[in-house]
Amino acid sequence: MIEILATSGLATVQDGGRHGSLRYGVGVAGAMDPMALAAANLLLGNEADAAAIEIPIFPFRVRFTAPCGFALAGADCAARLDGRALLPWWAYRAPAGAELVLEVPHPGACRAYLALAGGVDVPAVLGSRSTQLRGAFGGHEGRTLRVGDVVRAGRPEAAVDEFGVVPPALDMPRTQDGMRAIRVLPAAEYGCFTAASRAAFWAGDWKITAQSDRYGYRLAGEALVFERPVEMLSHGIVPGVIQVPPNGQPIVQMRDAQPSGGYPKFGTVIDADLWRLGQAPIGSRIRFVETDWAEAVAAGDETAAWLAEAGRLIGLRRLERGA
Amino acid sequence: MIETARVSALGTAAVLFEAPGPADLRSQQRIWALAREAEGWPEIAEAVPGMNSLMLTFVTPPAIWRTIEDRLLQAWPAIAPLARDGRVIDLPVVYGGEAGPHLADVVAHTGLGIDEVVALHAAPTYPVYALGSHPGYCYLGGLDPRLATPRRATPVLRIPGGAVSIGGSQTGVSASDGPSGWNTIGSTSLCFFDPAWASPALLRPGDAIRFRVEKVLR
Repeated sequence: MIEILATSGLATVQDGGRHGSLRYGVGVAGAMDPMALAAANLLLGNEADAAAIEIPIFPFRVRFTAPCGFALAGADCAARLDGRALLPWWAYRAPAGAELVLEVPHPGACRAYLALAGGVDVPAVLGSRSTQLRGAFGGHEGRTLRVGDVVRAGRPEAAVDEFGVVPPALDMPRTQDGMRAIRVLPAAEYGCFTAASRAAFWAGDWKITAQSDRYGYRLAGEALVFERPVEMLSHGIVPGVIQVPPNGQPIVQMRDAQPSGGYPKFGTVIDADLWRLGQAPIGSRIRFVETDWAEAVAAGDETAAWLAEAGRLIGLRRLERGA
Repeated sequence: MIETARVSALGTAAVLFEAPGPADLRSQQRIWALAREAEGWPEIAEAVPGMNSLMLTFVTPPAIWRTIEDRLLQAWPAIAPLARDGRVIDLPVVYGGEAGPHLADVVAHTGLGIDEVVALHAAPTYPVYALGSHPGYCYLGGLDPRLATPRRATPVLRIPGGAVSIGGSQTGVSASDGPSGWNTIGSTSLCFFDPAWASPALLRPGDAIRFRVEKVLR
């Protein structure tokens, strides 16, 4: 069990997402960096998509009210457990009363994940423990965590071996001109933009503006120009879809995105790269790289293979230690 | 409106099918029928109707794009409408005032008077075509084309639950507070969604909504 001692808001309980309720208007939610969520869970012997705490604003401080295994992944937050420096992407055991502090992360990533042994124990709603902020359900009472909240672990006594994994961003780096490179598959309205705009989209830098959150990233760059006005009917969309409102500044739909929309779609950030974008800090600049179906599917296989290998190595290690 | 059916990728997570021709009830009934059929395809996780469109999410994306594209394009011409006898809900609406801040924009865009806009909006029985946007939100068919007003150039960051709005050629009621690119013309109150209900959304495709004019604020 942990008690929240300090949070600047917006920390939420998230798992692998709420799938199967799009037809009721319920978006998927889930971790902005599913690779970090999965790695932290695997280190504890949890299911890869178990619920953890996603922390986007720092400092964040908790007290363990009972002994509990935990793991950190995602942004490197110079974490300390009762003053002892901790490594990111690593599992630890906390004694009762220990205080865990996560500081402002090193640049390059912006969200940290705190996983607990057995997963964060909140009720599943419509098949998921993720917080549905718009619907105010799921997660911890359907809202962001506050000081004083108590969050339970599913199996606090489960044996935990202190070790870690190499972050996927080191294993599978993707940059262009020193910026995060995010692969995009063109979408239905790609052809509705001028040739100059299409070229500028791939060539230019895109800044992640302060109006960016779990719902969507509003980007700033050279405005995208429509060849002719496009007015569309509402249709299903997914996280990663890049919508372009009439002002020409694109919005990338993120995990709390609506399950439908009506703005023209320039392209879609492929599933395999959404975790990279989910870690891009506000104010940073990114590049988009055009991809095709075959490459996008292969990229998904690559991230799946990374997780499978991480799971295999962690399993071997836990077997060795009898954890 | 598009001339021929169109299939496009939403990354590798989903595929979007857009039906040709006008978004009328008959075409939407065929969308519901296609959804029911596609739900049974092994590579499909969920079939999600939109307005004259259908999104299918993948269990795993097909290795070859053409397989899903061809399957949808071949299925559509043979799909018969799926008629549903749903229930009809009456909703009292306060038009204009603080809770309808964009009524003036709709008046300006359409060139109609406030009373005409309200009367045209409250006249039809609107069939629920699809759910989307946010939990319990219903996309409705049947808006009088004279009321069509483009979505706002920049989305509004927060409009309240119960907001009655027009976006392009569509109208609807917000089921909870949140961002929207639509023009809010009035407000009502009804609980559309509760995750604890056996079926979490109050309405489903085939049901219908009628707006009743409670008051018009100028």
